[in-house]
Amino acid sequence: MHTPKPPARIPPAVDMDSQPYWTGGKDGQLLIHRCADCAYFVHPPVPFCPACEGRNVAPVPVSGRGRVATFTINHKQWVPGLPVPYVLALVELEEQADVRLVGNITHCDPAEVTFGMAVEVWFEQLDDLWVPLFRPVERL
Amino acid sequence: MTRYAEKDTAITGIGMSEVSRGATKSALALTVDACLEAIADAGLTRAEIDGIATWPGERADGSGFSAVGCAAVQDALRLKLGWYAGGGEAPGQYGAVFNAIGAIAAGLCRNVLIFRTMYEATARKTAFANALLKEGQRQAGPFAWYAPYYTYAAALQQALFFNLYVHKSGITLEQVAQIPINQRRNAGLNPKAVYRTPITLADYLAAPLIATPLRLFDCDVPCDGAVAIIVSRLDVARGLRNPPVRIEAIGSSMQYRNSWTQLDALDTQAQPKVAEMMWSRTDLKPADVDIAQLYDGFTFHTLNWLENFGFCERYGAKDFIEGGTRIALEGDLPVNTGGGALSAGRLHAYGAVHEACTQLWGRGGERQVKGGPQVCATSTAGGPLAGAMLLVRD
Repeated sequence: MHTPKPPARIPPAVDMDSQPYWTGGKDGQLLIHRCADCAYFVHPPVPFCPACEGRNVAPVPVSGRGRVATFTINHKQWVPGLPVPYVLALVELEEQADVRLVGNITHCDPAEVTFGMAVEVWFEQLDDLWVPLFRPVERL
Repeated sequence: MTRYAEKDTAITGIGMSEVSRGATKSALALTVDACLEAIADAGLTRAEIDGIATWPGERADGSGFSAVGCAAVQDALRLKLGWYAGGGEAPGQYGAVFNAIGAIAAGLCRNVLIFRTMYEATARKTAFANALLKEGQRQAGPFAWYAPYYTYAAALQQALFFNLYVHKSGITLEQVAQIPINQRRNAGLNPKAVYRTPITLADYLAAPLIATPLRLFDCDVPCDGAVAIIVSRLDVARGLRNPPVRIEAIGSSMQYRNSWTQLDALDTQAQPKVAEMMWSRTDLKPADVDIAQLYDGFTFHTLNWLENFGFCERYGAKDFIEGGTRIALEGDLPVNTGGGALSAGRLHAYGAVHEACTQLWGRGGERQVKGGPQVCATSTAGGPLAGAMLLVRD
């Protein structure tokens, strides 16, 4: 029987501000814009700090750790070959909760994902981009 | 004292094309049907229409989301206008109405034709079966942040918000089900509704799970159809054939972060401040509302609006809708009396305005709410967008 190939991830359009976010994974880094004057993280990235009106905003590496703010387990096969179920989540960054990152939660059974679960970033290459994804933080 | 411009406007006519899961006509033909019906219903002629508006304007992307814009309708009807506008960056679908209120207040026009055309049923038979992502191109715009994560439909984004609502409110599947069950019952009495066969709790629970917590009957029904309304200056309205349905108050605010990822309150979305704004512009209170046509792109929008309008407390919707009697046609607050987008078809909040006027004018036939309803609360949209109107029969 013919099994359709899983669909590729669809890349985002990238501009000068968002490029660090989508390419930092090449060096294993999650890059988030931060104000050098007041230390506020600005996401989505723009070279203006809404907290202090500073203009010294630039990407810096962050921990890559966060917590699942909310999630859904998708069951519908929207396109042929799409492996289901999978988890879509919004992750609050450990450094600043109002930086919310989209991602799939991988490396675990979807049924194990919970609100507030600690996760860490990993990256998957997609053409010239490195897509941030999240997996449960290793329990020691 | 501030004079609120919406109080000098009223809805004076409504029109609706055939609504179906596959149209017999083009999108423009459906739109013309709805527009001509609305103009005639108001007792106006084409020559008296001096403004036109729509949301979100023509999108020639094959999705059917908005297949017709102002230009095509103006030319089809050969309208001579003082003002026109169609565009998507607004407080949800009612942005077209809010713009019209401003244009009337500015003296640019007196009778505005507002329309909304959906052609999604036909589009989905021929094109890629979702609205958000297109293969083979890089995703730009506000949804770029979702693009690489298999976010194929609005259902997934909204499921993120609703799953948190379930987590915080403790609502059960059996309680949520009362929304689609009630609306299908109402649709059974609406000859134009797309789906009219009653559904039961067992049907709801047996239907496919889309993305937790959304099941099939939590989602609205893509359709082909057009709705038109006429918004007139109040003094003009009072000389026309229908009792004016006054726009008593609107909520159009944007007090939150305008982002589909960073919106402030994930589980209540952008509605609380919008509802607050609407109530701040009227002496009427939630208890004065006779019927409600609440946005139902997904069932959870309706639950959110019940709370955010103040018909019940935060996270109290589950008790408010328990058993379904309070929101039924005979209940204290009949909700989505024509079947709503869940059953009558996804006419994207303009089906709701049409139904509001139908009820306020006593034209509901078998589904007419008894006692002559005078006040209707209406609302639109989810995520970072929201808009609300309080409509009052003059």
